[in-house]
Amino acid sequence: MPPEFTLHFERPIVELQKKIEEMKVIASRDGVNLNSEILSLENRLNKLKVDIYKNLSRWERVQVARHPRRPNTLDFLNRISSNFIEIHGDRNYRDDPAVVTGFASIGKHKVVVVGQQKGHDANENIKRNFGMMHPEGYRKALRAMKLSEKFRLPVVILIDTPGAYPGIGAEERGQAEAIARNIREMSRLKTPIVISIIGEGASGGALGIGVGDVILMFENAWFSVISPEGCAAILFRDKTAAPQSAEALKINAYDLLELGVIDEIIPEPPGGAHSDCIIAAKNLKTAITQKIEELIAIPLDELLRLRIEKYRRMGVFKEV
Amino acid sequence: MIWFKKRNSKLTSQQLKDIPEGLWIKCDSCGEIIYKKKLDRNLWVCPNCNFHFKVTSNYYLRIVLDEGTFEIFDENIRSTDPMKFKDRKKYSDRIKAYSNKLSITEAVVVGLGKIDNIPVSIGVMDFRFIGGSMGSVVGERVARAIERAIDKCIPLVIISASGGARMQESILSLMQMAKTGALLSKLDDAGLPYISVLTNPTTAGVMASYASLGDIIIAEPKALLGFAGPRVIQQTIGEELPPGFQSSEFFREHGFVDKIVSRAELRRTIAQVLRYLYRPADTIKSKIFDNE
Ligand SMILES: [Zn+2]
Repeated sequence: MPPEFTLHFERPIVELQKKIEEMKVIASRDGVNLNSEILSLENRLNKLKVDIYKNLSRWERVQVARHPRRPNTLDFLNRISSNFIEIHGDRNYRDDPAVVTGFASIGKHKVVVVGQQKGHDANENIKRNFGMMHPEGYRKALRAMKLSEKFRLPVVILIDTPGAYPGIGAEERGQAEAIARNIREMSRLKTPIVISIIGEGASGGALGIGVGDVILMFENAWFSVISPEGCAAILFRDKTAAPQSAEALKINAYDLLELGVIDEIIPEPPGGAHSDCIIAAKNLKTAITQKIEELIAIPLDELLRLRIEKYRRMGVFKEV
Repeated sequence: MIWFKKRNSKLTSQQLKDIPEGLWIKCDSCGEIIYKKKLDRNLWVCPNCNFHFKVTSNYYLRIVLDEGTFEIFDENIRSTDPMKFKDRKKYSDRIKAYSNKLSITEAVVVGLGKIDNIPVSIGVMDFRFIGGSMGSVVGERVARAIERAIDKCIPLVIISASGGARMQESILSLMQMAKTGALLSKLDDAGLPYISVLTNPTTAGVMASYASLGDIIIAEPKALLGFAGPRVIQQTIGEELPPGFQSSEFFREHGFVDKIVSRAELRRTIAQVLRYLYRPADTIKSKIFDNE
C-alpha cells in the first residue's frame, strides 16, 4: 500500500491531521495535558472532512474512486466475509487475475463472489492488469455464476474496473462475445444477484459482470458508458476536458440513483472509503446482507421476471 | 482503415480532377475509380477488390426482404435529451440535424417483413446516424423487434453497423446493452432463431451486446469488427497492429463469425439458414424433432 497519497482537495485534511499528531507528540514528550485542545481539533477535522466531501465535484469523486489506497475487492472480502475459498480459471484458456471468484460466507449467508481486482501499487496492478479483464476473465466469472446457479447460492458481485482490456489477445479471444454472453446469461441466472460498484465502473467492462437484481453503489464510485477522459478525447476533442465530460456524463452515484439505474447508495465514511476502510466495509456488508435477505425471500420465477423487467424499463425516449 | 492494402490509384490526380464529380467514386480499399452506376448495379461492392461500401438501412431492407413485404414499426419512438448533454454541440441539435439531413429518424429501422417467404422481425442499423450509435431509441426499437419476434413466433434478423453506445445518453446507452441482452435471453428460451449480420463497422457496445448473440453470425467481407477500436488498442499496447486485425476474416478465423457472405448472397444465405432453424409456430414446442 502506498504510504501516502493526497488528492489536492484533501490537503487541508492532511494538514490538520499532521497538526493533531504533532500535538499528541508534544503532549506525551513534555507531559502536558492537551486533551481538550486535541479533542477540539479532532472535531474540527471531522467537520472539515464532511464539508469537503459533501461538496466534491463529479470529477473529484472520480479521483476518490481511483485513490490508490481505496479498499479493493480482496480488502473488502477480507473484512465482510469469512471462510473465503478462491477458485481459479475459465476451464478453457487461463486464469485471469483481474477478477477474483470464489465461495465466501457473508454473515450467515453462503455466497459465490465475483470481484474485479485492482492493486494498491505498481507491482500489484501489473499482476492484476489494473482490474482490466480479458475475455477469459468474463468466462471465469460466468463459470463461477453457473456454479452458484447449480448449487443455489446467491451471487455477490463487486465492480471496480477502468474498462475491459483493449488488446490483441483480448480481441482474438472474443472480448465482445464474452461480455455479450455474460449480459444475456446473467439476465436469466436462476439465483439472486447483488451487485455493488465499489470504485470504478467503466462501460462494457463493468457491465460484463454487472447485470443483476440489485445494483448498489458506493457514494464516491462512478459508473459510465465511457471514462471521462475517453469522452473528453472523442466528444470534446480535448484531453484536458475530463472534468467537463464527467459533469456532462453524470457519472456519480447520486446521478445514477436519480436516473433509476442503481437502487441504493452505500455511504462512505467522511473522507472517503480510503480514510476508514473498516467503516466502509461495515456499510458494504450491511447493504449486501440486507439485499440478499430481501432477494432470497422472492420466489425464483418472480425474481427472474422482475430482473428482466428492471432492464426492460431502462431508457428515456418519447413517442410522437 | 489501416489494414487494407492501399494500392496506388491508376489515375493521376490531374485525371481525377477531369472526372465530373458525382459520376465516379474511388474505392476506399483498393483505390480503383469506379463508375457510380456500375457500383450501384453491383450492390455497392467494388468489382475490383470486393470491398463492401457502407449502404443505408433502407438499402439493406430492399436487398434482403421480399419486395413489398416490409412494414415499418416504432418509427414514432424518438430521442429526447435526458442528460441535457452538450459537448461542442447540443445533443438535441445534433439529433435534429441528422434527422433533417438523412430523412431517417434514428440509427436503426425495425419492422416486419419476409425473406424468401419466411416471416421475420427485422432491424437494420444505419451508420450515417451518429455513427450508428445506440442510445435509448435504438435500444427500445431493437427491444421491440425482439418482443415482436417472440409474440409472433418468428425469427429475428438484425443487420448491425455501429460504433457502439451513444455517449450523449451516457449510462442510459450502456443500459441498452443490458436491455437487449436480457430480451434476447427470452427469445433464446422461446427457441426462436436469431441471425445477426455484421457490416462495416460493428464495434464496441453493439458488438458487445446483441450483435454477438446471434444463433448464427454472418459478416460481410472485410468489415471492421471488434470490442475496442484499433486506435485505442494501438495506444494501449504501443505497437503496430498485425495486418487484417479485427476484420471479418480475423473474426471468422478466431471462431466468432460463422460465415462471411458477400452482399449479393446475403438474402439467399439468411433464407437457407432459416429453413433449417425455423419451423412454423405450432410445431416449435410440441415436437422435438420434425423428421416424421
Ligand atoms: Zn476496391
